[in-house]
Amino acid sequence: MRGFRVLRVIAKLLIPFILIFGLYVQFHGDYGPGGGFQAGVIVAAAVIFHALIYGLPHTRRVLPEWVVETMIAVGVLLYAGTGVAAMILGGNFLDYSVLLHDAVHGQHRGIFLVELGVGITVAGVMLMIFYMFAGRARSKYSEK
Amino acid sequence: MIESNLPALQVVLPLIAAPLCLLLRRSTLAWLVAWSASWSAAAISIAILLKVLSSGTISYAFGGWAPPWGIEYRVDPLNGFVLVLVSVVAALIVPYARRSLLAEIRSRQHYLFWTAYLLCLTGLLGVTITGDAFNVFVFLEISSLATYILIAYGQDRRALVASYQYLIMGTIGATFIVIGVGLLYLMTGTLNLADMAQRIAQMPLVRPELAALAFLTVGISLKLALFPLHLWLPNAYAYAPSVSTAFLAATATKVAVYLLIRFMYTVFGQSGIFDNLPFEEMLIALSLAAMFLASIVAVFQDDVKRMFAYSSVAQIGYMTLGIGLANASGLTGAIVHLFNHAVAKGAIFLLLGCVALCVGQPVISKMSGLAKRMPLTAAGLVVGGLSLIGIPGTVGFVSKWYLVMAAVEKGWWWLAGLVVISSLLAVVYVWRLIEVCYFREPSQKMSEAKEAPLSMLIPAWVFVFACIYFGLDTSTTVGTAAIAAQSLLESMQ
Repeated sequence: MRGFRVLRVIAKLLIPFILIFGLYVQFHGDYGPGGGFQAGVIVAAAVIFHALIYGLPHTRRVLPEWVVETMIAVGVLLYAGTGVAAMILGGNFLDYSVLLHDAVHGQHRGIFLVELGVGITVAGVMLMIFYMFAGRARSKYSEK
Repeated sequence: MIESNLPALQVVLPLIAAPLCLLLRRSTLAWLVAWSASWSAAAISIAILLKVLSSGTISYAFGGWAPPWGIEYRVDPLNGFVLVLVSVVAALIVPYARRSLLAEIRSRQHYLFWTAYLLCLTGLLGVTITGDAFNVFVFLEISSLATYILIAYGQDRRALVASYQYLIMGTIGATFIVIGVGLLYLMTGTLNLADMAQRIAQMPLVRPELAALAFLTVGISLKLALFPLHLWLPNAYAYAPSVSTAFLAATATKVAVYLLIRFMYTVFGQSGIFDNLPFEEMLIALSLAAMFLASIVAVFQDDVKRMFAYSSVAQIGYMTLGIGLANASGLTGAIVHLFNHAVAKGAIFLLLGCVALCVGQPVISKMSGLAKRMPLTAAGLVVGGLSLIGIPGTVGFVSKWYLVMAAVEKGWWWLAGLVVISSLLAVVYVWRLIEVCYFREPSQKMSEAKEAPLSMLIPAWVFVFACIYFGLDTSTTVGTAAIAAQSLLESMQ
């Protein structure tokens, strides 16, 4: 897409807004429509958009594969870790009520952390799938 | 704190260990994580089973939400027994896997293998421990997706096709299961299995329940490879890495058999749905077909892993036969055969992994003279084979004894005869292997082979010893299975 100046400029303008919208969906999930899964997909979409316009090698430099792999693991650990923290504080697994001084705030904090974990892992998995498919086609063409 | 949370830790420990493997990336570190997670899971499962046997069913409310609204983990003697089986097998395979993986999988992919292994373990333990119908489906998917990866790591390129084939069949199975669960939820308004059982018992019998039973049975049968839904299994077992084959053969189908028992007896047991349905007859007919046809096909296989894969289909027939007989002896036989077959097939596939390491792909023609070069491996294969046949003194005899007793108690002498005759088919294919291993001269490649390393032989021989030990001292296995069968049959009345 080197020759398409309009696309490149528009992409550069849009990507920050897509990321902010992703964060909005992530953190507003407690009050309105949204949540970790949708936010993760939106964030991943921003990166995929970047790859479509600037090319996969460039995106891989911005967000290397090992970072994506780490995101997948960290999200799950954050989810399970919240559960374990509840266990350590004397509740059952994923019993958020014990996380803070009173049950309502505890539930809020628990959902917040768990949804953040979901968001990170979903974004990571989406990107990993994209990298795998896109990278595969590239190596095939480069052989020819 | 730890004691009251044991049911959650059982599943959560391997679940946390899986992403840790992904983060650590080093082959050895991931292996150590898998080692500690699987051995702790095994210790936890034994603690849970002992607690269940001494003080009755354990119920654990997930997230502090009381059942039936929240997700409940519920352990009774039946799934306590299966939990021990799955986690102990997984723990024993981990130390074995090191050398085998180095030979079969590129070392920079090892951490991914261990991640998939631990996720598969998480899924299998989750399916077993949970008391929530939708949770069953979720964990089943976790274990299935991980299983496809474990199979696809095979060296042979056909492993990919086998994995894909299993993916298609497994997804159809999972879809059927979720449709069945959905229908039950529609009818009862609950997802908790115990609550569901009570509500179904009080309701008049309606068609959606029949449909739910049909969907669940077909879906679970796909997962447990009941004849004729077994087509995915032989290729998957034959081309998967040795470690995956041993792990899956010993655990995955067993958990599916458990699930069938759970739905048939606990959920539908009190509903009277089976009164006007030839369900048990159908299950017995399919089991007999599996026992005979799969054994006959096994006789003609050249790939030894494939041969024992078909033998697995036949052995699963014995388990479903016991479930279909639906009396105390039959159910005990089925549950104890879960364990016995896992031990025997675990031993056989681990030893075939030793053969794969030292000689190459275990094809029957390449294994001539195995006993001269690898005496311990060959001897272990013989013991495992004898257990499959059901020779007295091995585990196979115990479970077949109970199945024959169950048939006789019903007055079905012909069925008792058929069980014995089908065992003779196992003699044919096991003898084929013994003949090649013991009475032929070593081939060129074989004469250069050495006995497998101890790190692989010791875990394999633990299984072999278990084949003999639990064949002689049946008090633990049959004792627990009998208690489980008793509680299932009581819950039906």
